[in-house]
Amino acid sequence: MELWPLIKNILILDSEGKRIAVKYYSDDWPTNAAKEAFEKSVFTKTQKTNARTEAEITMFDDYIVVYKFVQDLHFFVTGGENENEIILAAVLQGFFDAVGLLLRGTVDKKEALENLDIILLCIDEIVDGGIILETDANVIAGKVASHSMDAGAPLSEQTITQALATAREHLTRSLLK
Amino acid sequence: MAQPLVKKDDDRDEEADYSPFLGIEKGAVLQEARVFNDPQLDPRRCSQVITKLLYLLNQGESFTKVEATEVFFSVTKLFQSKDIGLRRMVYVMIKELSPSADEVIIVTSSLMKDMTSKTDMYRANAIRVLCRITDGTLLTQIERYLKQAIVDKNPVVASAALVSGIHLLQTNPEIVKRWSNEVQEAVQSRAALVQFHALALLHQIRQKDRLAVNKLVSSLTRGSARSPLAQCLLIRYTSQVIRESANNTQTGDRPFYDFLEGCLRHKAEMVIFEAARAITELNGVTSRELTPAITVLQLFLSSSKPVLRFAAVRTLNKVAMTHPTAVTNCNIDMESLISDQNRSIATLAITTLLKTGNESSVDRLMKQITNFMSDIADEFKIVVVEAIRSLCLKFPLKHRSLMNFLSNILREEGGFEYKKAIVDSIVILIRDIPEAKETGLLHLCEFIEDCEFTYLSTQILHFLGIEGPKTSDPSKYIRYIYNRVHLENATVRAGAVSTLAKFGAMVDGLKPRIFVLLRRCLFDTDDEVRDRATLYLNTLGGDGAVVETGADVKEFLFGSLDIPLVNLENSLKNYEASEKPFDINSVPKEVKTQPLTEKKAPGKKPTGLGAPPPGPPTTVDAYEKLLSSIPQFAKFGKLFKSSAPVELTEAETEYAVSVVKHIFDGHVVFQYNCTNTVPEQLLENVTVIVDASEAEEFAEVASKPLRSLPYDSPGQTFVAFEKPDGVPAVGKFSNMLRFIVKEVDPSTGEAEEDGVEDEYQLEDLEVVAADYILKVGVSNFRNAWESMGADFERVDEYGLGPRDSLAEAVNAVIDLLGMQPCEGTEAVPPNSRSHTCLLSGVYIGNVKVLVRLQFGLDGPKEVAMKLAVRSEDEIVSDAIHEIVASG
Repeated sequence: MELWPLIKNILILDSEGKRIAVKYYSDDWPTNAAKEAFEKSVFTKTQKTNARTEAEITMFDDYIVVYKFVQDLHFFVTGGENENEIILAAVLQGFFDAVGLLLRGTVDKKEALENLDIILLCIDEIVDGGIILETDANVIAGKVASHSMDAGAPLSEQTITQALATAREHLTRSLLK
Repeated sequence: MAQPLVKKDDDRDEEADYSPFLGIEKGAVLQEARVFNDPQLDPRRCSQVITKLLYLLNQGESFTKVEATEVFFSVTKLFQSKDIGLRRMVYVMIKELSPSADEVIIVTSSLMKDMTSKTDMYRANAIRVLCRITDGTLLTQIERYLKQAIVDKNPVVASAALVSGIHLLQTNPEIVKRWSNEVQEAVQSRAALVQFHALALLHQIRQKDRLAVNKLVSSLTRGSARSPLAQCLLIRYTSQVIRESANNTQTGDRPFYDFLEGCLRHKAEMVIFEAARAITELNGVTSRELTPAITVLQLFLSSSKPVLRFAAVRTLNKVAMTHPTAVTNCNIDMESLISDQNRSIATLAITTLLKTGNESSVDRLMKQITNFMSDIADEFKIVVVEAIRSLCLKFPLKHRSLMNFLSNILREEGGFEYKKAIVDSIVILIRDIPEAKETGLLHLCEFIEDCEFTYLSTQILHFLGIEGPKTSDPSKYIRYIYNRVHLENATVRAGAVSTLAKFGAMVDGLKPRIFVLLRRCLFDTDDEVRDRATLYLNTLGGDGAVVETGADVKEFLFGSLDIPLVNLENSLKNYEASEKPFDINSVPKEVKTQPLTEKKAPGKKPTGLGAPPPGPPTTVDAYEKLLSSIPQFAKFGKLFKSSAPVELTEAETEYAVSVVKHIFDGHVVFQYNCTNTVPEQLLENVTVIVDASEAEEFAEVASKPLRSLPYDSPGQTFVAFEKPDGVPAVGKFSNMLRFIVKEVDPSTGEAEEDGVEDEYQLEDLEVVAADYILKVGVSNFRNAWESMGADFERVDEYGLGPRDSLAEAVNAVIDLLGMQPCEGTEAVPPNSRSHTCLLSGVYIGNVKVLVRLQFGLDGPKEVAMKLAVRSEDEIVSDAIHEIVASG
């Protein structure tokens, strides 16, 4: 067993299995071709399942993959075969919800591509070199969102921060039901 | 919030695959990247361009070295902008570009400035970026800031520093280890994730120090970690401590078990599961310890979340392998999982049930599985087939329904691996359950009528040839077999001919009809088929008269080859066509030890149709050929045994030397395998000077120097000793490598004219008693032991002193004697207090030896051993005792 939970990759693919945003943290896939082959098999193995209400899980080639779909987007988080499945699911859920918060509820391929910078920052805030940085969607979204504002902002801007925070909270509630 | 990258064209119809990156081109984006150099930076525009660059990289596009450098330099210009959003993108971009060392210098100062900035986000990210791209030298400059950052009051900054520490520990352990105090302080942090990262780093720093880890775990398990993730780490470290201390406590309660059990009541599911899994994986876990863990896993089985169900059923499946009864309580929940939407969960549930089910539930289970099999992938089906096989062996009375099930799925579509798994299972059932034989054979016959896999057809034909003639009505199989001769490819046809011949040999009543069929095969288009038909007709006396099949013929047709196939293959390769016919008795019979990997995969018994996987090819034949080609050694006679290579040098020295001991009746030859690892040197006239003053019975008779030893191309030099005939003389030899060394010009590869004589001390070498015993296994030890008789039996008892474990003692004795463990008795079950190990071998002079070792634990760690030896010669029996007594 690994001494700490390790994430092997985080993927967002579209409904045809094409890449939207991917990040690999493991040397298991040294070339782009190897990565594409992995994405292809993950996609074909999971495409027929219904992972829209609850995160789903599968295991193949000694990897555990947890995944969740929304609209035409497929989210995946991969770990080694001995990884704690529930930890992987927590990472997936954090990522999924953070993206939902940041895209204000309209999560689909078009929005994702138009806000690709946000998606990439989001991935950057969740995992660093395979080690989990944060799994709480609100914190992740907060970190990504705050970057577009000046931290040393004068008081007048504080209200915007508050407004954003309220909006986030509202969204979270509606998302998590 | 970031803006859309490209303003959407309102006139255009919205396409389904509309993308802001439609038609994006690397060249154009690289052109766009010039805006980074503008004196008046437009942060929004720059962010967009960076996103485009990242998009390209993400899609698998790669930048050439020049392109990457150019982009990197222009990106560094963006540090001038104060825009936070842009800075954030710059950080990501630099990490993606992974600049080279000389490029890193350019951004170092900017990043170091950010590391000391008042803005938390700057500090956190600058640390992550800098640690990702930096090397050791720079690290010492920024170490001070990193230590500060670890105890920073902002959790994001602290986490960034700690996680970077975990990464850096791989490359610069000595620096990171100096941060212990700060990390220790961070473990007490009130921020949940900081504690998690600090704990991971602290454990990693102290990993080698068992005592420190022990202390860390015991202090933390008393309190409670603040985040579920940290608690999971603690559980992992705790089970590691338990694993390592397991050897020290013979009785009493397991330390820290209470902690694990307490975690089962944690509020976070990931912690509950981590703890439950840790408990199930404890060494020699008792059912009392298991119960609470199984109970929580059972609750997970009916969760609405697939991930929880999967995690639970996967863990229970593993438990069922070792403690099937512990899992039976969950059977009802398991059964409802067979219809789970998620096929992985369903498969795991079924195989678990097959392991835990009782005889009465088999039929019901099979009905459920039949519906399920049609909609899962082959890989899952194989798992199910293997589980059914073991179930059938467990409940032989149920063979009818299980066999039916197997034959039904055999008829359905499926790939080779799947079909092979089914056929293997049927074959095993036929072998082990006599009542299942006839139906099983007919199922196989039906299968080969329409089998697309040549391998499976030939294997089944072979098996039919052995089992078919022994059935009540052998004639009914003939049709199936002879049909092959008409309908199949040459390989299968040849197999069918051999099978027919076996029926002819065993069943006299069928002989005339078999001869008719075989004669028809003489007109086959393939020569192998014709040859086989001719051969069998002759051996069976097909020229008319029906005669009783002779013993020789039976031996020829059915006798098993008692020679490892690899050895035979090597001998045949070495055989050069000459007047002298090939002698099968010259093939060495020594079996190389099977790789242990097989044992490690429980449930995968290599008992299928195909022979067990062949061991690694032996080099015995290669050695024999090599030695007999050297005139000085040719007269030594037949090679008795060659040892495995023994290293005489440390790893990574200038010259790597290993030695192989070749034992002959009256001689010993040392083969020194030398490798020169210095590219600037050429060695010539390489010899090994052996001092045999501590080996009195040996006298040097010949040596063969190695003329030249260039860089990285191994060569051999030999030294031969004479010793008393047939006597297992032992002794110690010290070795000195002597050679002439010549400098080589690395640019031209040419050596200088003049060389210098030099010597290189090698480690000592010993000839031990085990060198005189061949590892030769017997298939049935009891029979061999009984038939050997007690005439030359010698029994004695020995105290082996304190040992780490029983298994360690057993291995030590096996190594000492150098004999072949039989019937898997070399494996000691965990926690056993006594063990019997059976060994067999051939002693020099071709004397068979059998050894029965009985081990027992005497006191906490004292191991006592009773050694019984039987052999064909009392001197040899005594010699074995001598070895043990002096070892």
